[in-house]
Amino acid sequence: MQQLDRLFILIGDWFHSLLAQWLPEPVVSAIGMLLSALIIMTIAAVTMLYMTYLERKVVARIQDRIGPNRVGPFGLLQPLADGIKMFTKEMIVPTQAHKVVYNIAPVLAVTPAMMAFAVIPFGRDMVASDLDIGLLYLIAVSSVTEIAIVMGGWASRNKYSLLGGMRAAAQMLSYEIPMVLVLLSLVLMVGSLRLSDFVDVQTVPFILLQPFAFIVFLISAAAEVARSPFDIPEAESELIAGYHTEYGGMRFALFQMAEFVAALGMACIMVTLFLGGWRSWIIPLPSWLWFVIKTFILINVWFWFRGTFPRLRIDQLQALAWKFLVPASLLHAIMTAVLVTFFPLVKDGQLVVQGAEWLTTTVVYFVANVVLLFVLMLLYRPYVRRTVRQLRVATPAAAARQQEVQAA
Amino acid sequence: MTLEQGIFILASLLMLGSALAMVTARSMFVAALWMIGTFAGVAVLFILLNAGFLGIVQILIYIGAIAVLILFAIMLTPDVMGLKPGPRYTGQWPLAAVMASTLAAVIVLLLVRAGNDWHIADAAPNVTDFAVQLGEAFMTTYLLPFEVASGVLLVALIGALVIVRDE
Repeated sequence: MQQLDRLFILIGDWFHSLLAQWLPEPVVSAIGMLLSALIIMTIAAVTMLYMTYLERKVVARIQDRIGPNRVGPFGLLQPLADGIKMFTKEMIVPTQAHKVVYNIAPVLAVTPAMMAFAVIPFGRDMVASDLDIGLLYLIAVSSVTEIAIVMGGWASRNKYSLLGGMRAAAQMLSYEIPMVLVLLSLVLMVGSLRLSDFVDVQTVPFILLQPFAFIVFLISAAAEVARSPFDIPEAESELIAGYHTEYGGMRFALFQMAEFVAALGMACIMVTLFLGGWRSWIIPLPSWLWFVIKTFILINVWFWFRGTFPRLRIDQLQALAWKFLVPASLLHAIMTAVLVTFFPLVKDGQLVVQGAEWLTTTVVYFVANVVLLFVLMLLYRPYVRRTVRQLRVATPAAAARQQEVQAA
Repeated sequence: MTLEQGIFILASLLMLGSALAMVTARSMFVAALWMIGTFAGVAVLFILLNAGFLGIVQILIYIGAIAVLILFAIMLTPDVMGLKPGPRYTGQWPLAAVMASTLAAVIVLLLVRAGNDWHIADAAPNVTDFAVQLGEAFMTTYLLPFEVASGVLLVALIGALVIVRDE
C-alpha cells in the first residue's frame, strides 16, 4: 500500500539515480523537470481525448441515445479517429485574416490551460512545483486564456467570430470576480496560498464546511471555461461556432483541446480546494487514485450540466454574475471573516481543530452557509418574481394565452 | 554569462522589442497585443528579482485584467477589424519627439553618472513569506493609502457608470 501510494515518486527517484550515474547533478534535475512537465502535458492531452468520448457518451445516455459505438469496442477508438481526422485536414486560412495573430491564437489558448497543472498536487508529495503563491498563480494563468480567445475572434475577420470573442472577454472578466471572492474566503480559513496547505487542512473537505462557496465556484468555473450552460462564446445556434468559426483542422483541434484541458484543470482545482485533494475518503486507495476518482466525479457533474440546462442568454449571464454572484460572494467572504475570528481552523500555520472539534466547526460553518443562502433567497425573491413575470409575457404563446384570459 | 543574465537579456529584448512594435503598429488591436508582450517581460523581470508574488500579480492584473479591458474597449470602436488604419503620424509628433528625447536624455544622464557603481537588490529580500509581509504592511502601516487608492478606483468606477448611463 505504502509502495503503491508512492509508486510514481519511486519511479521518479529510480530514474533520477539511473541518470545520475552518467550525468552531473544540475543536468539530471533539469531533465527531471522537463520530463515531469512532459508527462503532465501528455496525460492532460490524453485525458482530454477521452473526456470528449466520455462527454459524448454521458450526454447520449441523458438524451436516450447510445453515443459513439462504431470505432473499436464501445466506440473507444472514436477519439483517436477524430484526432487522425483533425491531423490530416487541409490547413485553410481565410484570405482576409490577420495571418500572424490567426496562427498564434490557438497555441496561446492551450499554453495557459496546460500551465495550470504545474502547481496542482496530484497525490501525496506529487506536485511539480509547490509554489507558496500557487492559488494566485492559478488565477493569473487562467485569466490569460481569454486573450487567446479574443485574438482568435478578431484575427478571423468574421462577424460571428468577433462577437464570440467579445462575449468570451465579457463573460470571463465578469465571472473571475465571484470566483476570486470565493477563493478569498477559503484563503481566510487556511491562511496560505500554497495548494498543498489546502489539502493538509482538509480533514473534513471544505465542500461540507463551505457548501455555498462550492456552488458559487462551480458556477463561476463553468462560466470561466465556457462550459455549458455558459458556452455563449460559441453558441452554435446563434454564432455558428463563435470565436473558432473560421478555424479548421489542427488549429480548431487546439482550441477544442484548450477548452477541455481548462475544464479538466478547473475540476482538479475544485478537487484540491473543496474535496480534500488526494485525501482518501473511507476506502484506503492510493492518494493519486483518489484524486483521479474525485476529478472524474466533478467532470461528470459538468457533463450533466451540459445535458440538463438550456444555454443562458448573454444578458441573463451578466445579470447572474453581477446582480447575484458578486454580492453573494462578497457577503460570503465577510461572513467567513467573522466565522474565522470565532472558529479558526489554522493559527500561525498550525491546524488547531482536532478530533471531535471538527464536528462543531463543520456544523457551525455549514449552518452559517445555509443561513446565508436562505437570506439571499429572501432578498432576491422580489427580483426573481419580477423577472419570471416578464419572461412569461415575453413568449408569444404566453401573450396569446393572456389575451384569451382577458377576452373570457 | 550566467543563466540569470541570459534570461534577463531575453526578457529585456522581449520588452523593448514589443514596446517598439507596439508604437509602430498601425492596427490598434495588434498594438494592444504587443503591449501584452511588454507586460509579460516585466513579469519575468519581477520573478528574476526574487519577487514571484509581484510577477504573478503583474500577469493577473496587467495581462489578465487591464489588457483584456483594453482589447474589449477596442472592440467597441467603429473600426474594430482595423481595416482602415489611421495615419502613421499625427500633428502631435513634434511634441512627442521633444518629450521622448527629454526622457532619453534623463536616462542617458543617469547611466553616465552611475558609471560602474550599480546597486542591484532583490525586490523581495525575504522570499519565503513575501506575500505575508506585503499583506501585513497593507493592513497596518499602509492601511490609509491602500484605502484611499481603493476609494479613488471606486469613484472612477461610479463615474464611468454615470457617464455612460442613459438619461
